[in-house]
Order: sequence, then C-alpha cells, then structure tokens
Amino acid sequence: MTGARTVWLRQLPFTATVLVLSLFGVAMIYSAGVLEVPSPVTQGLWLRQAVILAAAVVGLLILSRIPLRWFEWFAMPVYIVGVAVLAITLVAGTGAGTAEGVNSFLSIAGFRFQPAEAAKVTTALALALLLARREEPPRYLRDLLTPALLVAVPLVLVLLQPDLGTALAFVGMFFAIIYWARTPWPLILFAASPGLGLLLAFSARVWSVYIIVLAIALYLYRFRLYLVESVSVILGNVAAGAVAQPLWNSLAQYQRNRLLVFLDPSLDPRNAGWQLIQSKVAVGSGGLMGKGFTAGTQKRLAFLPEQHTDFIFSVVGEELGFVGTAVTLLLFCHLFLRMIRMAETASTPFAGLFIFGIMGVWLTHVFVNVGMTIGVVPITGIPLPFISYGGSFLLMSWMAAAIAVALASEDS
Amino acid sequence: MSRRRNRHSVLASRARIAVVVLLGILASVLFRAQVLRATDWLLQSERNRLRPLTVPAPRGIIRDRDGRVLADNIPGYSISIVPDQPDSMFSTLRRLREHLELPAGRLETLSRQIRAGGPRPLLVTGDAPFDAVAALEERRSGFPRLLIEPRPKRRYPAGQLGAHVIGYVGEINEAELARPEFEDAEPGWIVGRSGVESHYESLLRGRAGTRYVEVDAAGRIVGSFGGVEGVAVDPGEDIDLNLDLELMEWIHHVFPAGMNGAVVALDVETGGVLALYSAPAFDPNVFAGVVDADEWSRLVANPESPLYHRAVMGTYPPGSPWKLVTAMIALDLGVVTPDEHMPVPCRGAYVYGNRVARCWDAEGHGSLDLPGAIQHSCNVYFYQLGLRIGLARTLGVGNRMGFGNQCGIDLPQEAGGIFPESVDFWERRFGYRAREGEVLNLAIGQGPNDQTPLKMAQFLLAIARDGSAPAPTLYSEAVPAEGWRLDIRPEHLREIRDGMRRVMLPGGTAHLSSLEHFDLLGKTGTVEHGGEGLEHSWFTGIAGPFGGPPEVALVAMVEFAGSGSSVAAPLVAKAADFYLRGKHGIPRDTIQTLREHLVAGRDAAWANRRDPR
Repeated sequence: MTGARTVWLRQLPFTATVLVLSLFGVAMIYSAGVLEVPSPVTQGLWLRQAVILAAAVVGLLILSRIPLRWFEWFAMPVYIVGVAVLAITLVAGTGAGTAEGVNSFLSIAGFRFQPAEAAKVTTALALALLLARREEPPRYLRDLLTPALLVAVPLVLVLLQPDLGTALAFVGMFFAIIYWARTPWPLILFAASPGLGLLLAFSARVWSVYIIVLAIALYLYRFRLYLVESVSVILGNVAAGAVAQPLWNSLAQYQRNRLLVFLDPSLDPRNAGWQLIQSKVAVGSGGLMGKGFTAGTQKRLAFLPEQHTDFIFSVVGEELGFVGTAVTLLLFCHLFLRMIRMAETASTPFAGLFIFGIMGVWLTHVFVNVGMTIGVVPITGIPLPFISYGGSFLLMSWMAAAIAVALASEDS
Repeated sequence: MSRRRNRHSVLASRARIAVVVLLGILASVLFRAQVLRATDWLLQSERNRLRPLTVPAPRGIIRDRDGRVLADNIPGYSISIVPDQPDSMFSTLRRLREHLELPAGRLETLSRQIRAGGPRPLLVTGDAPFDAVAALEERRSGFPRLLIEPRPKRRYPAGQLGAHVIGYVGEINEAELARPEFEDAEPGWIVGRSGVESHYESLLRGRAGTRYVEVDAAGRIVGSFGGVEGVAVDPGEDIDLNLDLELMEWIHHVFPAGMNGAVVALDVETGGVLALYSAPAFDPNVFAGVVDADEWSRLVANPESPLYHRAVMGTYPPGSPWKLVTAMIALDLGVVTPDEHMPVPCRGAYVYGNRVARCWDAEGHGSLDLPGAIQHSCNVYFYQLGLRIGLARTLGVGNRMGFGNQCGIDLPQEAGGIFPESVDFWERRFGYRAREGEVLNLAIGQGPNDQTPLKMAQFLLAIARDGSAPAPTLYSEAVPAEGWRLDIRPEHLREIRDGMRRVMLPGGTAHLSSLEHFDLLGKTGTVEHGGEGLEHSWFTGIAGPFGGPPEVALVAMVEFAGSGSSVAAPLVAKAADFYLRGKHGIPRDTIQTLREHLVAGRDAAWANRRDPR
C-alpha cells in the first residue's frame, strides 16, 4: 500500500492520456456547438461536459485509493445492484438528447444518468472476479457458461432498451476477458460462432458452407470437447440461423435501414443513408490539415447529424483533418497499449482481467464509433470514449479508469 | 507467478497486435479518405452547401437617334422560394400571400412549377411592390427560405409613344422555354414580347450570371459565398434606333384626337425609320412587372384594338396613292413617257368593253400627260395606262416590288401586303378566270390589293431615291433586308415628282398642306372601304429642302377620317415640317401648313410665289 496517496501518478502515462482525451473531447464538444444557426441546447454542452470531467477527476482521485480487496468484496453485490437498476430502467427509463428513441436514462432527484454505463463497469468487475477465482484457464465450453450468463443478463436488458451499441460493448468485454483468462482460441471461436452464424444466415448458401466448415472444425477439435458441447455449438448455430429472419423482421425500420445503407448508402440518401454520406463527406473533406477548429462547414451548416455525440469524430476529421484523426487514434492506441501493459504486470489475475476487460469495452467503442463515421461499420448508436458528449459515459469511463489504476497499483 | 506472467506476455503481444491492426484499419481508411481522395470529398461538401443563384442580366437600353431613352431599367425586387419539399414550399407560398397579392393564374403556374421541382429558386414575382418587400424583410425569420433580391425592372419613359415599336417584355412562358433559342432560360426570365424588345431579344437580353450562396442542411440561406467563382453577368447590348422620339411626340400631338390610324416616316438616304406611329396605343409600362390579367383582358377587349400595330400590321386598300405605283411600273417597263398623253381624254368615264369605268370627277379632266394625271388623280388616264401595262405585267412588277409581301423591317409582327401573285389568283379566290379588265381596278388602287402604311412608305423611297427601295430599319446598326429596284430614268423620276409637287400647288388637292420652307410632294387618297363611316384618309409624300433631293418619305393613314386632303395631308405636312426644321436648324413653329398660315392670318404670299410650271 505504499504511495497509495499518489497511485494515479504511478500510472501517469495512462491517466494523462485519459485526461488529454477528455480535454480534447470538451474542446470538440465546444466546436460541435458552433453552428451557423446556433442552438441554445448544443451551445453550452461543452461546459456541462467540463463540469462532469472535473467531478470525474475528483472521483478518480478518491476511487483509485480504494484497496483491491474492497473491489473483490463488492464486485458481486454491485453487479447485482447494476442489473437491478437496469431492470428498473426498462420500466421507468426515458430517452434523452440524441438517444431520444432509446429508454436508457433514469432520473433520480433531478439527475439523469444511464445505468447501462455503470453496468459495464460492475459487470466487468464481476466477470473478472468470476474468472480470477478459477485455478485453471477454461478448457471446455461449459467453463464459459457461467461467465456468458453473467454478461448475458445485463446485455439482454440493454438490448431491450433497445441500445445495440452498448450491448456490443458487453460483447467486446466478454471476449476480452475470456481471452485474458487464457481460454484457448478455438473455444473462443466456437463461443462466438452463433453470432457469426446469425450474420451469415442472410444468405442460405453462405450459411450452409459456413455450417459445414464449422462441423469440420468441431470434428478436428473433437478430443478437446465433450460431444454434447460440439452438438450444442452446431445447435446454437442452427438456432441462430433459424431466428435470423424473425429477428430481422422484429427490427425497427430505421435499424434495418442502417444495416442496408451500410451496404449501399444511396439506397436511402435522405434518411438512413444521410448520416453516413454526410459523415463521410465531413471526414473526407477535412483533408490533411482540416478546415480549422470550429470551421467545419458540414457541421456548421447542420449537415452532420449528432455532431456532439455519436458523430463527434466526424467533426474531428472535418476540422482537424487527417492530422487530427491520426493523433486521436494514436492517443487511443497509446491508451490501449498502456492498459495491456497494466494488465500484463498486474499483481493479481482479478486486476489483469478487469483492466483487459475495460480495454475490450473501449476498443469496441472506438472501433465501432470511428468505423461508422467512415463507413467501415454499420451505424450504431455508440459514443467515442472520453470525447463524445455524455455525462454518464464520461463519468463511468473515468471510474473504470480509477479502478484500473487502483488495481494496477496494488502490490501482491 | 512468473509462469503466469510469461503466458500472459504471449497473450499481451497478440492483444497489442490486435489493437494496432484494428486501429490501423481505421487509420488507413482515414488516410484514403482524407489524403488520397480529399478533393472529391471537398467537392461534395461544397456542393452540399453552395447553391447557384441566377443573376439576371440587365437588358440593354433602347435609345432613339438622339440618345433619348425609350426603354431602360429601374431597380425592383424579385421574390423567390428556395427549393424544398413541395409541402413546405406550398406552405411558404400560402403565408406569402398574406403580404403579397398574386393573381390566380400566377398561383396555378407556381403550383405546377413546385410539383415539377428543380434545383433553382422558384420565382414568385419578378416585380414585388416595395411595401410587400418591406413587410417580408421585417418577418425575415418567419420566411427562412425566401429569397428577396434586387432585380432590374423594365421602364418605358416614352410611355405609349413607344408601345408598338419598342414593344414590351414579359415573363417567359412554357412554350418559349421549349424553344432552342431559350435553351439556357429559366422560368421567371423576362423576355421581349413584341416590337424591338422581341426582335432584338438576343442582343438585349445579355447572358445571366450565376452566384453562389451558402445554405445549411435545412436549405436556409446563411450568406453569400465568394469562394467559388460564379459566372459574371454579361449585360445586354444597348440599341440605338433610327427613331426620332421628338418627331413621334409631335405626330402624337398633331394626330387627330380620338381617331385611329398610322403615320410612317422614313429617312430617304438610309431607309431608317424616323417615326412609326400607331393610334390608339397603350402604356407598355403595365407589362413591365407581373401582368394584371384584368388589365390585359381590357386591352384585348377594347374595340379600338390598342394592341394592334396599325403602321405595320394594318392592311388597307391603297386607293389613289397607288396611281404612283402604276406610273412607276409603266416607266420601269418603258411603256409610256411622262409627256405622253393617253389616247382617250377624260370625259368623266372610260368605256371598256361593256363596262363603264368612272373617273372620280364626273366633269372629266381632258387630255393629260403623266404629271397632270398624277396631279388630278385622273382615273381615266390610269385605266388606259393599266391596260397598256397589262394585267400579268402589273402583277409581275408589283410582286417584284414586294407588294404581296413584307418589307422586312426589323420587327416581329409585320403583316405582308395582299396582292395577287399571278392571274391564277382570281380563279382560286373568286372562282373565275381573270379578265384583262381586272387591271382597271388595280391601276387605281382598288381590287384585291391591301397594303400596310409601312409598305407604302417603302414604295415612296423608290420615288425619292433613284428607283430603289431598301427595307426600312429601326436599329441604326441593322443591315437592311434586300430591297428592290426599278429601272427608271432620273428625268422620268423627276416628272413623277413634278406631278406630286403639283398636288401641292394652287389647284392641287393638297395645296392647303403645302409648306413655307420645304418642298413637299405628295399624293392624297380618299379610299372607300365598303363599311360604314367616312372613307380612309391617305396621304403619301416625300419632302426636302427646295432644290435639294428629298430627305424624308412619309405616309399617313387615318381610318374613317374622310378625304386625304383634309386629314392625312396636313398630318404628313406637319410631321415633315417638324422633322426638316429640326434637321436644318430652322426654328420650329406650330403654324406650318398654308391653311394654318391663312387661319392664323400670317403672311402666306410664299404659297403664290411658287412657279406652277
């Protein structure tokens, strides 16, 4: 416990990157509010973000001093509380801001927050604890059953909101943590296979080929799996293929359009394709050096949608150019490599699993968010960590960072 | 511990590779978009936010021969709607009507245009009243997609004097938009509708420019944009006419009040049109903006037909002045010499076969030479002259002179004369073979023969010049259409002019219209038209300084006015005197003709000093 007072200093490369990204975010949120026809709502958002950032910094200073044992004790209780609050949100939640259509906010005493953001952290803690308690790495699929269920509960609750973006973050967290728990990669692939099967089910021919390949893979891996597991994997994939069409039909029209315009933006250039086209135009027209801070025309003239939340990276691209986007990605890259290093050198499996899990969450956010602004990934309502406007996400990201700092600094 | 750490270092390395690969994918896509293809995207972002607006070119100014303005432009305002969803455009239009009056027909056109769509702003009115503009500017925020722009508006300072010649402008219609010469035009453009405005449309219009404005995603115009080079406006060319506005004003002043007719004055030397007057007229300024449908139907329904350009569209039986044509044809063919007398002297009538063709003077004129026959307008002489020429040759030379055609003046709506193109005409038109006797009627300006005042004026050019008549032109730089030429010896021309001069001398029908300072020669016409009311009054004349060549050729035709000598002749005389006094620096005077001198009690001795030859 030496130097507990200054643990965050010992992880300075990490905390400094988080702070730099957050300050950059406040600046970009300010720029996102500079419009030709100013909106009183978006104009002052940077100030609110700055206030929350200040609170987050204070929170980090406090949280990072809590000993590792406490987190081990509290991991399961806070997980249960987190799931309970998510369940309440489904009933009492409201939409807000650019996430108007998603009932992801809960209001308590005038404060509005997104329980899903807290649930990411609590679930990561619980999952890390669950896997850290194992003596051996998972060897069979059934070893992954409890961890999967642990993640599935909040994930389904989030999907029901329906918030596909946050659900994706849970998926990223799950695979990151089981990977760090030294699960053999064929197992990870088999665990992921129903998801892949779901996507490929849209073409019967492709799906048939995929199932055959999967069966061959299972046959080759037969000595490492129980028969019932192999059969489960096949059944899971068949089930995924079977529900694909009903699932597609159950999607809201805008969600379907988002997937369709990802394949061809010109399908619906005025609505679903609009965001993608305008975002690509914004980023591309930024060029090497950008149009200048606050001077992006796509943003200024309101061509760019949700410019302070999900599409803030497009503002970065338009106004700061490739230089700006490359530096941003380098900062994230540095952050993630630092976190891998922290996980690698952590004194306990719990610490390493948690830090790596949070890295998986943020990496998912960054890849999907940046990817959608340039058409690499379908448009999903998912914010860019530390940079997008959003109090709950910023605060909870900082709390996760604080816990990571606390855990990484613990000597065994 | 170390074992676990070692194992984790493998996992960590793979994880590092995964992070770098994933972010590398993003970075490479960004590099492609922002560095390699940046110009394409930049172009698209410009296209997003920049909208082209048409900047109308100011129409060329039309001036008279002395630089007096006949048509120019004054500041006005246009109101347009920036394209949007049809619903919101209709709603804007509805709210706009609270401040701006729009005729019902206009609304229909606009609705059609909204449904048709298009990238350019929809012109609601090209001539918004100033108070409507002020009211709308005050409510700017309520009309985010409204575009109020200065737009030159046509003005006709000469008012109705120029109505027919200058014409007027109007908004381009859908039929015109489909024509190739309006390929680059847009709805709402102002184009010439008639007169010089229409004939010289391509010169006057110029080329519209384009400028760019910046719009936001909602289509609101947030400002003008200088970054992208627009297309500069190419103003229309100014046009200087041969017309003399002062002369037109004077003609209007002396034209018998309440009567309808036309006056034409041509410059003998060039064929340039000095005056082209038609009464009644209208004020072309009412067409300068949006045409009031009521005003239009009032003009169309007016029984006096003020829209009708009598000088170039009205065809009238030429009557006695046509005897000059018969004389010229005869001289061209060489079938007569001016001093030759016709075999049958005038005893008040001429017997041809079983037909008795009368002279207007039952007393008879006796035996006359050509100048005498012109002076007395003797029918019997011209019957015989016509017979000597023959029907076929009369038609042949008449058509060579273009009497069945237009003169080719640079105006869009000139009517052609009505004149048989050959002897088959009678069979086709009246169902019988033409007899030689038809030439009797033709020789004295009757029969199937109607001419415009302009055509008669062009004919007079041939007498005033050397037998050649170029097409009259309004534009001073116009290349006149090919005219025609008769082969007549100069001394014979002098004889014809002498006959016309004698009309003005004591004993001549137009003696009272003779002038103190100028040598006016002419021929009167009192033409029956078969309808009710008085005869049409004609006078065709040429005038110039004494002893010099004729300088101006004039025709006046006043409908239902009575004799040529009482109405048309003084009109021509006063117009000629006014023009020539100005040209030769003689102070102008309202007492011009002999009659006016006598009535005013002025010294009129000059009228008797003239040698009656």
